[in-house]
Amino acid sequence: MENKYEGLNLPNYNIPEDIQNAVSITTIDRLYNWGRRWSVWPLMFGLACCAIEMIAAQTARYDMARFGMEVMRPTPRQADMMIVSGTVTKKMLPAIIRLYNQMPEPKYVVAMGACASSGGPFKEGYNVVAGIDKFLPVDVYIPGCPPTPQALMAGMIKLQEKIDKQSIKKVRWYEKGKADANYVPMPILGPDLIDARRADEFKAAAAPKQETA
Amino acid sequence: MTAPAPVSTVDLVARFPEFVSADSRPAYSGFVVKKENLVEVATALRDEFGFDLLSSLTGADYLAENKMEVVYHVHRTTGGPGVVFKTQAERTDPVEVPSLVGVWAGADFQEREAWDLLGIKFVGHPDLRRILMWEGFEGHPLRKDWQEAFYEEDTKPFKSRWPEGSHVYAEFKNPFRDNVKLPEGFSLEKYQPETEDQLYFSLERDSSKKIDGETQELGERMVINMGPHHPSTHGVLRVAVELNGETITSLKPVLGYLHRNHEKIGERNTFLQIMPYTDRLDYFNSMINNFGYAITVEKLMKIPVAERAEYIRVIMAELSRIQNHFIFIGMLINDLGAMYTPSLYAFEERELVLDIFEAVAGARMMCNYFRFGGVVRDIPDDAMRKIKDLVFDRLPAKTDEMERFLNENEVLVARLKNVHVLNADEAIRNSVTGPCLRAAGVPYDIRRADPYSIYDRFDFDVAVRYNGDMYDNYLIRFDEIRQSLRILEQALKQIPEGPINSQKPQYQVRVPAGEAYGRVESPKGELGFYVVSNGKPNPYRYHVRAPSFVNLTALETMCKGEKIADFVALLAMFDIVMGEVDR
Amino acid sequence: MYGKGIIKGLGVTLKRFTDTYLDDISWWMQGKKRYYTKEGVEHRSSKDARGIFTVQYPEEQLIAPEEFRYEPFLLYDEGPEGERNIRCTSCGICAKVCPPQCIWIMRTSDPETGKPIPEPKEFYIDMDLCMNCGLCAEYCPFDAIKMDHDFELASYHRNVYDLEMLLKPTSYYAEIRPTNYNREEEERKAKEAAKAAKAAAPRPSAATN
Repeated sequence: MENKYEGLNLPNYNIPEDIQNAVSITTIDRLYNWGRRWSVWPLMFGLACCAIEMIAAQTARYDMARFGMEVMRPTPRQADMMIVSGTVTKKMLPAIIRLYNQMPEPKYVVAMGACASSGGPFKEGYNVVAGIDKFLPVDVYIPGCPPTPQALMAGMIKLQEKIDKQSIKKVRWYEKGKADANYVPMPILGPDLIDARRADEFKAAAAPKQETA
Repeated sequence: MTAPAPVSTVDLVARFPEFVSADSRPAYSGFVVKKENLVEVATALRDEFGFDLLSSLTGADYLAENKMEVVYHVHRTTGGPGVVFKTQAERTDPVEVPSLVGVWAGADFQEREAWDLLGIKFVGHPDLRRILMWEGFEGHPLRKDWQEAFYEEDTKPFKSRWPEGSHVYAEFKNPFRDNVKLPEGFSLEKYQPETEDQLYFSLERDSSKKIDGETQELGERMVINMGPHHPSTHGVLRVAVELNGETITSLKPVLGYLHRNHEKIGERNTFLQIMPYTDRLDYFNSMINNFGYAITVEKLMKIPVAERAEYIRVIMAELSRIQNHFIFIGMLINDLGAMYTPSLYAFEERELVLDIFEAVAGARMMCNYFRFGGVVRDIPDDAMRKIKDLVFDRLPAKTDEMERFLNENEVLVARLKNVHVLNADEAIRNSVTGPCLRAAGVPYDIRRADPYSIYDRFDFDVAVRYNGDMYDNYLIRFDEIRQSLRILEQALKQIPEGPINSQKPQYQVRVPAGEAYGRVESPKGELGFYVVSNGKPNPYRYHVRAPSFVNLTALETMCKGEKIADFVALLAMFDIVMGEVDR
Repeated sequence: MYGKGIIKGLGVTLKRFTDTYLDDISWWMQGKKRYYTKEGVEHRSSKDARGIFTVQYPEEQLIAPEEFRYEPFLLYDEGPEGERNIRCTSCGICAKVCPPQCIWIMRTSDPETGKPIPEPKEFYIDMDLCMNCGLCAEYCPFDAIKMDHDFELASYHRNVYDLEMLLKPTSYYAEIRPTNYNREEEERKAKEAAKAAKAAAPRPSAATN
């Protein structure tokens, strides 16, 4: 598999042959991205069935260490990527949001499997959030129930490609005017899950009902 | 306690003629007990008839008859079939039924679940809080008149899918464009979310220091919360622990972080559609989950299973058990702090077993392999060769290697030996089943105690150990792997040729009305399915008695007085899988 | 002796470590390539695998067994002039049997008579709802929907597939599942032959009267 972004050197820039081993010419973006793509540390965070395949992807047969992703940290403070591996339930959601809010940038979110992408087979359930993308910005969706470890790694390659194309100025966590792009307000566990960002909508929906009653 | 009467003479009607009657509905069995006398009857069942193990407790909502029913399945740890008895109450909100926690402590979590999901209030329960949903959640979801936000129709298949099916996200049909349903007249300004005071009160009340009557100085007590995000709680389990120094004085598991509404969705599915959902209960052992569900529905349908399929089922179930126990060993060592190498070795064997599942069933984890009356397809020749390679050649050698690798390791022995898990009495009282019960010296294995499928044809021993400490709990897994290999060797030699399903393949099976409780020995304990059919294509009531969930009832008993450092290892002993705990 | 158990255990680890290199040497002596070959991957997934166990995914892949299933796809037969004859008749069995109800089918109807035509007008599968159970493929009476082997589906957006994205030629199916394909083709031929024989034979009712 050829990947034109893989190298650090800028293409079409001729470095004299005798110093090619010692000198590299690149842009800041590319240097950043090159560093990031090979050291994405996942959060050690499993939700359901997919988590087992995520663990399997870390073990000897698949060995995600080859992608620089073997360092799974249970603390969000040392993680770059959250693999949402399994069904996101309403009861669990505040904990997930809290973890995401604590992650330092860069922070990537991968929706692994059907449940994390859309609620999956459990979507109709009363305690299931219909996809983590309702709350967090998802970078890569991996279909499958559960995705096999190889499918997960295909997703990781996809994420690396995305990282390659990023620019420091434009990534969501450094962009100007979006100071709180990293912060998602905590949802409230009321009679049902209440998205704090949509509080006004819920208030408006409740008001006319009272009048008609 | 008098000597237990043989099963055939369990006649509760003769014993309590005034308030027990036989369940006379067609294809129902057992006894109906008046709820006022429930505790008396239950005590007699336990003490006079010897039914010491409460297997399953669940409710059923009979909306048309305006009745709520609580269904109890009890068994003897000496073996034999069980007894089912029920109690009925008028369908009010809440329904009140006396609690049986005093008779079988194992009723604790199951009663809380019935309260949470069905709104059956168990009078006399010491700690009746919601267990799967959060406090403050509106309604009791398993009641037949309760509908969720993404409700489409009562039963599948939905009419909107065919013939005029244009893809619409479920969100677009909902007023909030999301999976949210708020009660009428709900006002966000006035709303105060429920606090977790009740949880902490219950911790304090059950604190062992208080029970001893000792005075407790303020500040000595510390409450810590482990999870739901914790590397060693095997998923999204949260445990609130009260500590005195390093010693655990009280402990409450908080469940429901992976509550995926298995039963509500199951009651909407057709009988066949539930099969792939059962894969996702205990996601390490989808084959065994399939097994349990298939034999339950076959009981209802009264159909035989093709001879060859029986053998294939046993082969798949035992392979599944082996890989599960390998993972248990690997993960236990991980939890003890020896990061990775042993679990990597364990995962290698698991991968090879999963290769077989992939070749036979099509998927590594979510096999969806069983059908009513048989299995989906025959084992392909190359997969059969692989199974034989593993069973006769590789797995025995690797089990030996694993034992050589770990068993005598001084650090491991020091951590595990003489750390008490459960004794026989505690285990039975709390309805603990599976390896934890057997490691406490009770040789109770459903494959022997109440044989299902063709397990009575095989020569194998029930693994049992007697110390009930962590080391025994660990070693018994190796014993079970060896016994499973024994069964596999016999099954592979005896397997006959022939059809793999006794029925014609059909996507909508006819299941006559009635109730059935089927149970299998999963690697975690007794996996039971309670299915009620009313003759329609969908089950009327579908309940899963998950071993991990019921085993957790004993967690507090097990951990009280132990050091917090041992907690993670103690929890690992139950080998819980959250998909099954929360369903 | 204290520490004996640990040393014994370390012996196991050491053996596993050296096994890798012993195998490397023996393969090299036999002149076989151990890595990045099908033979090598097969060996690492067999009972004789020892030492190194890793299949280095993008460069080499595990050999998917024939029954492996991932997401569903629809089949079309290639006509002689490259036209696509979709096998699906929009009978709706897959949509009815689907446990998470992730299949949406719109039937075509004749614009004049309004009668249904056996061909789907629209066919959607929400890949992010699909639970890969394979029931649709199992119960399809026309062998029109099958489970794919392709798992490299990760994308930057939600995956809802329409008819165009779902269609794949029969030749692809024959390639990933040769045994199943051959068996089904034989069954189909036998069925057609029986039908033809029935049509050719005189009607028994007419003969008796």
